[in-house]
Amino acid sequence: MRSNVSEFELIQPATLPAALEALATDPGRYTPIAGGTELMVALSAGRLAPKHLLSINHLQELRFIDVTANAITLGAGTTFTDIRKNSIIASDFPLLAQAAGWTGSIANQNRGTLGGNIVNASPAADSPPALLVYDASVTLVSARGARTLPYSDFHLSYKKTVLAPDELLFSITLPRRFAGYRSYIRKVGTRNAQAISKVALAGLALLDEQHVITDLRLGAASLRETPTRCTAAEQALLNQPLNEVTIAAARAALITEARPIDDIRSTAKYRAAVAANLLEEFLRGLLR
Amino acid sequence: MRAISLTVNGRQTSVTAAPMKRLLDVLREDLQLTGAKEGCGEGECGSCSVLMNGELVNSCLVPILQCEGAAITTIEGLAPEATAPLHPIQQCFLEHGGAQCGICTPGMILATHHLLDKHPHPTLAQIQEGLAGNLCRCTGYMRIFEAVQQAADTAPVAPRT
Repeated sequence: MRSNVSEFELIQPATLPAALEALATDPGRYTPIAGGTELMVALSAGRLAPKHLLSINHLQELRFIDVTANAITLGAGTTFTDIRKNSIIASDFPLLAQAAGWTGSIANQNRGTLGGNIVNASPAADSPPALLVYDASVTLVSARGARTLPYSDFHLSYKKTVLAPDELLFSITLPRRFAGYRSYIRKVGTRNAQAISKVALAGLALLDEQHVITDLRLGAASLRETPTRCTAAEQALLNQPLNEVTIAAARAALITEARPIDDIRSTAKYRAAVAANLLEEFLRGLLR
Repeated sequence: MRAISLTVNGRQTSVTAAPMKRLLDVLREDLQLTGAKEGCGEGECGSCSVLMNGELVNSCLVPILQCEGAAITTIEGLAPEATAPLHPIQQCFLEHGGAQCGICTPGMILATHHLLDKHPHPTLAQIQEGLAGNLCRCTGYMRIFEAVQQAADTAPVAPRT
């Protein structure tokens, strides 16, 4: 049933400090809302639990892309359209550009933000596998100050994150150090366009001339209760020559570490099998 | 309830609404602009598409408070009334049978406008991607693609903002 909108409070502080002050005054009262592509869906369906919302969509302090020689930093309010338009992301972080391109429709990419995609904390979200393989760090701000931590430490459990009630995600930083890496990303959904993933896998690999994997990073969606690195599969391959034996071992390791679930979009069995197939597709591509 | 000022189809206007009221509902209920339709109400079907500061958005997913100071263009504001009753994109949809039942059509046309704004000479793949957020259950899309291709070859006319 449709929500009664008059039951909801929505405030729109003029500046980031004012927004942080509002969050600090009564921690936990306000739920931040940016582009609304997640929370407004819940509102329409009559299942938006938070009754007090704080709009951060207009805060220009959160909408920036800063590029230095060593890193790129994206404000949490960066939209998927902003990501797709950025030439440095296209050249240095193609997996993120690709993920942005298959995050919903053009209309949703115009409104949806990278910060929202992370904070919403869905294990099926499109950008996290790319962010994980690119070794992203996140900066959180509150009236108390700022802190930066590896993105891999951000998700605690299903839909639970380290974000304190008075904190906002401020920015996401990616080091520009993956130039020589081979990369892979694939999302498997019900349709080609606009589907939430059943499973997705992103990978970065560095190989020497003997096809020995000298560095490997794998990130997955919908394989565990949070977006996750696939460390067992990585360990099975690291410093190993890529061949039939190691590919089989990596498949087995990935299936062992995966904890997928049965839900409306797919089954655990299918997700694990497809994830292993994606990994194999990535690895066989490296041999060509 | 609070007063929100915005520009709709080139006209400065003010509405008094609950701040979480959806832009779609403000357009349809408060401003009697019923061109934007509610299909799914969850940002999947695109029948409520409008332009917000020139960007395509699903108006069912925009709380009206976020429209403070924004310029909104709906299907009603696309045609340059003084010179022509229909925008060239509308004319192309008409000529190519790009509309049947009509529910998706306002959104399709605004999505096309946004697409041609970004890609004046789109490839078929760009047309398909640009309209992927707009579902049509009648046409099978082929006539819509033809209409968009035709519109791309016609001089664009800017909407009133």
